[in-house]
Amino acid sequence: MSSERQKKIRNFCIIAHIDHGKSTLADRLLELTGTLTEREMEEQVLDNMDIERERGITIKARAVRMIYRADDGQEYILNLIDTPGHVDFNYEVSRSIAACEGAVLVVDASQGIEAQTLANVYLALEHDLEIVPVINKIDLPGARPEEVKKEIEDVIGLDAGDAPLISAKNGINIDKVLKKIVTDIPAPKGDEDAPLRALVFDSYYDSYKGVIAYVRVMEGSVSPGQTIHMMHTGKDFIVTEMGYLSPSGQIPSNALTAGEVGYISASIKDVRHCRVGDTITLASNPASEPLPGYKKAVPMVFCGIYPADGAKYNDLKESLEKLQLNDAALMFEPENSAALGLGFRCGFLGLLHMEIVQERLEREYNLDIITTAPSVIYRITKTNGEVLYLDNPTNMPDPSEIAVMEEPMVIASIMTPTEYVGSIMELCQDRRGNYEGMDYIESTRVILKYELPLNEIVYDFFDALKSRSRGYASLDYELSGYKESNLVKLDIRINGEVVDALSFIVHADKAYARGRRMAEKLKETIPRQMFEVPIQACIGNKVIARETVKAYRKDVLAKCYGGDITRKKKLLEKQKEGKKRMRQIGKVEIPQEAFMSVLKLDT
Amino acid sequence: MTETSYEKDIGIYIHIPFCIRKCKYCDFVSLPGMETVWEPYVNAVIKEMAIKSGTACRRRVMSVFIGGGTPSLLPGEYIQRIMEAAGRYYMILPDAEITIEANPGTLDREKIRAYRDAGINRLSIGLQAYQDRLLRFLGRVHTAAQFDEAVVMAQDNGFENINADIIFGIPFQSMDDWIETVSRVLYHRLPHVSCYSLTVEEGTPFGKMKQDGSWPGTDEDLERMMYYRAIEIFEDAGLMQYEISNLAKPQYRCRHNMNYWLRGEYLGFGAAAHSFLNDERWANTADLRLYIESVENGKTAVSECCRISKDEALSESIILGLRMTGGIDLDELSSVYGIDVRGKYGSQLAELAGRELVEISGSVVRLTKRGKDFANQVFVEFI
Repeated sequence: MSSERQKKIRNFCIIAHIDHGKSTLADRLLELTGTLTEREMEEQVLDNMDIERERGITIKARAVRMIYRADDGQEYILNLIDTPGHVDFNYEVSRSIAACEGAVLVVDASQGIEAQTLANVYLALEHDLEIVPVINKIDLPGARPEEVKKEIEDVIGLDAGDAPLISAKNGINIDKVLKKIVTDIPAPKGDEDAPLRALVFDSYYDSYKGVIAYVRVMEGSVSPGQTIHMMHTGKDFIVTEMGYLSPSGQIPSNALTAGEVGYISASIKDVRHCRVGDTITLASNPASEPLPGYKKAVPMVFCGIYPADGAKYNDLKESLEKLQLNDAALMFEPENSAALGLGFRCGFLGLLHMEIVQERLEREYNLDIITTAPSVIYRITKTNGEVLYLDNPTNMPDPSEIAVMEEPMVIASIMTPTEYVGSIMELCQDRRGNYEGMDYIESTRVILKYELPLNEIVYDFFDALKSRSRGYASLDYELSGYKESNLVKLDIRINGEVVDALSFIVHADKAYARGRRMAEKLKETIPRQMFEVPIQACIGNKVIARETVKAYRKDVLAKCYGGDITRKKKLLEKQKEGKKRMRQIGKVEIPQEAFMSVLKLDT
Repeated sequence: MTETSYEKDIGIYIHIPFCIRKCKYCDFVSLPGMETVWEPYVNAVIKEMAIKSGTACRRRVMSVFIGGGTPSLLPGEYIQRIMEAAGRYYMILPDAEITIEANPGTLDREKIRAYRDAGINRLSIGLQAYQDRLLRFLGRVHTAAQFDEAVVMAQDNGFENINADIIFGIPFQSMDDWIETVSRVLYHRLPHVSCYSLTVEEGTPFGKMKQDGSWPGTDEDLERMMYYRAIEIFEDAGLMQYEISNLAKPQYRCRHNMNYWLRGEYLGFGAAAHSFLNDERWANTADLRLYIESVENGKTAVSECCRISKDEALSESIILGLRMTGGIDLDELSSVYGIDVRGKYGSQLAELAGRELVEISGSVVRLTKRGKDFANQVFVEFI
């Protein structure tokens, strides 16, 4: 049973598809409860990273506490725990959900439910969350709230009869959402006197206070000065500060008790000692069991990241270290490429995670980087029985030593309007997909299920999907295990030398086409040199495609007189700038774009 | 003022931005027509020389170059007025080299005599090619025969120091065409020739053809063969190569241009003219009306100016100096700039020597034959 104090608390999250208005609704809730006045409010407070705002997605979870005076005259504490909006961060989503008793499901009144939303709703239902459906954007032309309500009932099996019809953007019916949160979502339970068990659902690194853990206290209580014990990482820390979360910062308090959401800071130096999903207990009176569901984030996609300017290696290292302070899922280790010099092999949760890290390195740390083609982890059983996991194509053993090679597979759920089914099925077939089934959500929309090799979707599957469905199809996937596959390593030789950074592993049936496209693309991007440069795509010693970059015969400014000196100097400076961005492979200078261009061969 | 108080001698450049029609490869500042502007423009140039005269009061002038455009398009009296003014405001040395650029078809006896009377002692004639079909392709307004006429006329009127500009690597130009052009220069016994590889610049009609894919292109191997062959023929005839694109008999090297490559100083007058004096490089506006208006109001017409640091100066000296067959002297540069040039550029020099782009003998560095084909690859190492 909930205590009197707990009865005044509601912990909830918002589930929504990208663009369906989650952040806007969050803003309105903050405004209506007076947590932030309109003037204080920066648009979409919850997403405070630039990249998030641009992409309209939340990368890391955030939380905020609101005080709401309900119709019964009572004041309620509403803790909104925001969830990341992308499949790559599925685990973070599950931890955020585990910290709540309810979820507000926001569905766009014209677009209906999307694959990603559905996946998160199922996740919430698994955790016994009370779902409060809300239909958003009802004031837009094309809104079809009745049909969408029916869809929610048919697809999810939720009663959406009295779902509030709102416009988050224009502030319509937001009060109804608040009322629903209080009446429909259960208050937290949990014994306040039991040994402490607090779930870490997010953490970030503050350069003054160290790691700040965002927690939901499930049982017991904790106060500053106590020694806490991280049940999975096994580390102990003394709590220096704790309190509640407000959009403008942190509000310190003297205790956090079962049912509450807040932050704990304990001079934790490394975010990896305070991982999302870990359980905090007290060293003096530990709980016997941690909370269920802890999983260490496992990278699924790998790529090499190199500084464009070799001299910036240490800057790149420091930047990755700084990013890792906030991102326990990011892995990196030094790697040495003959083509690109010193750099790092980096592991990511998925493609989006990879892109975000790349973008942050470029934007926040002002680094010019070269990334190699993304790779997945292959499982290789050698003829001598040894099993190895390969995340870098360069390290692939000689084919004669390989007994079995397996690749990771995913089950992909693609939600799409029926008119694009044919084209999407074609895409999935082309990507070596196995058709698993198709379910109708309504007469005009289906969920297609395919088993696909992960290596076929790490390149540009999402882009291809979007272009084939005019942006309407959505994708969700989960790892389903390893499968034996006829894979080969494709090498690119430039002027006879293998360029390790361009090697990749591909299915034998696709090697020829991909090799040829790569050779063609490289011919376009590699400038002419002082000698002829052959480009070859090879499997082992077998050349499967060849192109030649013709030699140029001269590179000289014919005229240089008084009026030209400044201008000619600028031309030479530009040429030098271009040269700096080149990589030397043997005698050949290769521009960075060559490494990047082969990443997007199909678009 | 005594002789010893002079600072380094300078060159003077005067830009005449008018022509009959713009050639299709030309990216210089030049405007067809505009006859009504000639007079105010010449007045402005003269006024600009007066305004700037104070900046060079301790300088003597070793060369004057009137370039364009087509300076020979203007009536001879304008050139005379310009030269009179130059002599009034600047200390032109008695043995100064004074050049005017001329195009066949715009020259007549009267103009040539006017030039001579104005003290001009060198003519630079734009021949480009000796085949009328190639001249048409280039957008030139004259014929090959008019070149012969112009040269003969000039020689008959006392001009001996004459240069011809010729171009190779023109689409549809054969090796025979090229050798015919080269031979024509020798036939007239000209002591100086500039051989330019056709450069397609952005913003010119040729540049646009290249952009839209209609550029016929040239055979690059043939283009280089033309270059090598021309040098061979000219050198056999006693015109020795002294810069990437220039050859001359001894004593006839163009002093005005040598001054650029030796990083000497110069003052430029006229729209778009560049100057380099006291470690500063500046350029006048290319806008003709703005230029005239500014100068009429007693103001300078400078549109950009930058100060050259010591490191930049060294870099310029190397890049410009290497254009000349004599190359650069590392020890000399080290002492001029007080920078250990070998220390600063040692690895670059060794690498370039390894790639056979430069040859180093003692303290002298020169471009190799291959280095002249890929000179930019050498220059970028010193930027």
